[in-house]
Amino acid sequence: MQHAVYSLGGAGLIAAMAFLTLGAANVASENGISNETLKSPEAFKSISDKSKRSVALFNEMGKVITHPRCMNCHPKGDSPLQGMNMQKHEPPVVRGAGGMGAPAMRCSTCHSDENVTFMDSEGSVPGHAVWRLAPPEQAWVGKSLGEICRQLKDQKRSHMTLAELQKHNATDGLVGWGWNPGEGRTPVPGSQKMFGELTQAWIDTGAECPGG
Amino acid sequence: MAVKFELNGKQVSADVEPDTPLLWVIRDTFGLTGTKFGCGIAQCGACTVHLNGLTRRSCVTPVSQAEGGMVTTIEGLDGKEARAVQDAWVGIDVPQCGFCQSGQVMSATALLKEIPKPSDDNINQAMAGNICRCATYVRIRKAIHNAADTLEG
Repeated sequence: MQHAVYSLGGAGLIAAMAFLTLGAANVASENGISNETLKSPEAFKSISDKSKRSVALFNEMGKVITHPRCMNCHPKGDSPLQGMNMQKHEPPVVRGAGGMGAPAMRCSTCHSDENVTFMDSEGSVPGHAVWRLAPPEQAWVGKSLGEICRQLKDQKRSHMTLAELQKHNATDGLVGWGWNPGEGRTPVPGSQKMFGELTQAWIDTGAECPGG
Repeated sequence: MAVKFELNGKQVSADVEPDTPLLWVIRDTFGLTGTKFGCGIAQCGACTVHLNGLTRRSCVTPVSQAEGGMVTTIEGLDGKEARAVQDAWVGIDVPQCGFCQSGQVMSATALLKEIPKPSDDNINQAMAGNICRCATYVRIRKAIHNAADTLEG
């Protein structure tokens, strides 16, 4: 894999320096407030057709699943994305073993067990104890919500039963980071509790997937 | 609140707020100024140290995360990989201005400890977060290969 700075020498240096400006701007561009809301399962009770209700529930879950806070670490390929504009992660890190980065440049080189607010500028470095990329078989970027749904239901790719998926969505700490993403980052809509309730309601209605 | 950890092989205690960046403590409390402040947002690598043997950007590491751990800075870097890196750096005069070089050496040494004979890709991946304003990247890569050759005998 090519890395801008090392492969381009001086040109890469200029790009890297330009990034330092752009990166900071990207951090500052988020206001930390989610403009979207997440409906509760109750809001879908009026849909009498169980299958259509299930699809509607997953579409609502999709507000969380397709949010950049979640998608950025479910990338297509071996490098994470960052920011609401889902730009390439800087520095240009790679997946590595277990999705935790390359030797001498692991995720934990920069990402601590918790979000760390910058001391001298706006924003923060996001963090969590198990900060890592989702496995390649759970790549979401570039896929339709229906494709993601079927991927989640396929235990060969999700490595979870639906019950385990519900627990994952409702209680997993790294999933929960999406609602606590640190200073300068917009959280995913709603709450993890609500996301868990939507997941349960989706399962209870047959775990139907959107088309496409 | 005192934070206790091992710094370059010696037990130390820093009476600082737990969210104080490790870099501040290394430089200001203990006077080890070889580790540099570059960007302050984990984007340049100048502040790289080893925490429990792994690279860490000390500018965004709260000192509380070093509690009970082992911190190594450029001043305390030792071992065959470190010596090979330092010799290789001197051998082909890698630094230009030198500001980023302690971070580069910390990352290069960590890489060689894990991969004694790294490929160009291994080097690119390991060193991608260490920016050099003087663009000494070609010499850095060459020096890492030279150090690996030395280690190989």
